[in-house]
Amino acid sequence: MSGEAVVFYLLAAVTLGSGAVIVTSGNIVHAAAALVPALLGVTGLYILLNAEFVAGIQVLIYAGAITVLILFAIMLTEGGTGLGGRQRNEQTAVGAAVAAAMAALLIAVAVRTNWAPPAAGATLPSYTPGAIGQSFLGRNILVFEGTSIVLLVSLMGAIMIARRED
Amino acid sequence: MSWGWEVLRAAAGTVIIFSGVALVAAMFGVLLERKISAWMQSRLGPKHVGPQGLLQTLADTIKLLQKENIVPTRADRTIFASAVIVVPLAALLDYVVIPFGTTRSGPLIFRDLNIGVLYFAATSSLVVIGILMAGWGSNNKYALLGGLRSAAQMVTYEIPMGVVLVTVALLAGSLSTVTIVNGQSGPHHLWYVLEQPVAFVIFLIAATAEVNRVPFDLVEAESELVAGYFSEYSGMRFALFQLGEYGEMFAMAAMAVTLFLGGWLGLPFLPPVLWFVIKLYAVIFVFMWVRWTYPRFRIDQMLSFSWKVLIPVSVLNLVVTAFFVIVVRR
Repeated sequence: MSGEAVVFYLLAAVTLGSGAVIVTSGNIVHAAAALVPALLGVTGLYILLNAEFVAGIQVLIYAGAITVLILFAIMLTEGGTGLGGRQRNEQTAVGAAVAAAMAALLIAVAVRTNWAPPAAGATLPSYTPGAIGQSFLGRNILVFEGTSIVLLVSLMGAIMIARRED
Repeated sequence: MSWGWEVLRAAAGTVIIFSGVALVAAMFGVLLERKISAWMQSRLGPKHVGPQGLLQTLADTIKLLQKENIVPTRADRTIFASAVIVVPLAALLDYVVIPFGTTRSGPLIFRDLNIGVLYFAATSSLVVIGILMAGWGSNNKYALLGGLRSAAQMVTYEIPMGVVLVTVALLAGSLSTVTIVNGQSGPHHLWYVLEQPVAFVIFLIAATAEVNRVPFDLVEAESELVAGYFSEYSGMRFALFQLGEYGEMFAMAAMAVTLFLGGWLGLPFLPPVLWFVIKLYAVIFVFMWVRWTYPRFRIDQMLSFSWKVLIPVSVLNLVVTAFFVIVVRR
C-alpha cells in the first residue's frame, strides 16, 4: 500500500469516526465539537488532491467560523447545558428516505465517473487563487452574484427576526 | 521524495516548533512581560531566581508541572481535557508558514506554501474553538461568559484582519509569505508598512484583539470574570493555555514583521535571522507597551469599533489598493 493510500484511509477513518459521533452523540456540544475533526479530515483529503486553496478555505470557513457559530448558538440557548435534545422526531421515515436517495445519487455518480488516471502529458486544472478568482468573476459570475444575494437576504432576515420587538 | 522521510521531517518540525515556542515565546515572553510591566510601573520585577531573575519562568514552569490537575466535579471531562490541546496546537500550526530568515540554500521556513497567508488566517481562527470548549467544559459561569465573549470578539476581528491580509497579498501578487517578503526588497519597493500604513495599524489592532490582550482582554478580564475561560484550569493545563496564548502572540508579531516590516530583510552587517528576531521583539514590545498603558474597552465599544470603524476602513483601503495595483501600476 502506498503512503498516499495509508494517508487516505487514516483521513477517511477520522472523518467517518467523527461523523458517527456527530450523529449518535446525545450531547449536542459533543456533536458540534466533533464537527472539527470531521471537517479537518476532509481538509486533509483536499490537500491529498493538491487542492490547497480549497483546503485553506475549508479550515477558515467551516472549522474556524461555522463551527464557532454553531457552538455559540448552542451555548446561548438551552441555558448552556447542551443536554436534553431529542435525537429522533416524527419525521424519521422522511429523513431516512431523503438520506437513501442522496446516498444512491452519490454512489451512482461515483460509479459512473471515469477514474482512469490522466494520459501522460495532461495537466491538472489550475487551482491557484488567481484562477479561482478569474472563474468566479468571469464564467461563473451569475452563480457568484446569486450566492451573494442569498447571503445578503439571510443576513437581513436574521436582523429582522432579532430586532422584531423594537 | 519518500513518505517515510516526509513523516520524519514533519515529526522533527513539530518537536522544533513546540520547544522553540515553549522556550522563546512562552517562557521568555512571560519573563519579558513581567520585566517590561515592572519597568513601566517603576518596579523591579522578578529578581531572585537566577541572574536578574532570568530563570523565574523556568522555576514557575517546574512548579506548575508538579501541581495537581483539578477537574471540577460537574465539568464535561472530554471537552475539558481536549480544549487544552486545541489552543496550543492552533498556535503552533501558525509557525509552519513564517519565514525566519534566509540562507544560501533558500529561505528558512518549514514549508513555503503557496497559500501561506490563507493558511495563517485559517489556523489562527481555530484557537477560538478551543477557548469555547474550555469555557463550556468547565461548567462555570465566568468561564462560559469568557468563552462567549471570546467567540464574539475573535469572529468580529477576523474580518478586518482577513481584509488586510488580502490587501497585502494583492500588493505582492501572491499568498506565499516568502514571495511577500521578497516583494519588499529591491530599489523600487519599500517595506509594506510604508506603502500600507493604514493596513499595518489595522493589522496590529486586530492582532491585539485576536490574542485577547489589553485593551481587548474582555475574555479574561480579572475584575469581572476571575480569569475567563481558563478559570478552572490548574497545573500544566493552565501552563498549556499560557503557551497557546503567548505562542499566538509571537505568531501574530512574526506575521506583522513578515507582511509589513520586510521580514528578514535588513542591512547586510547583521545576519538575516537576527534582523527578523530584532523586528519580532520590537513588535512584541509594542504589544506589551499597549497592554500596560491602556485601560480595557467595554464589550459593546469593542464590537462596534470593529464593525463600524475597522471593517469599513479596511475595505476602503482594499479598494484603493486594488485600484492602484490594476490601474496605476500597469
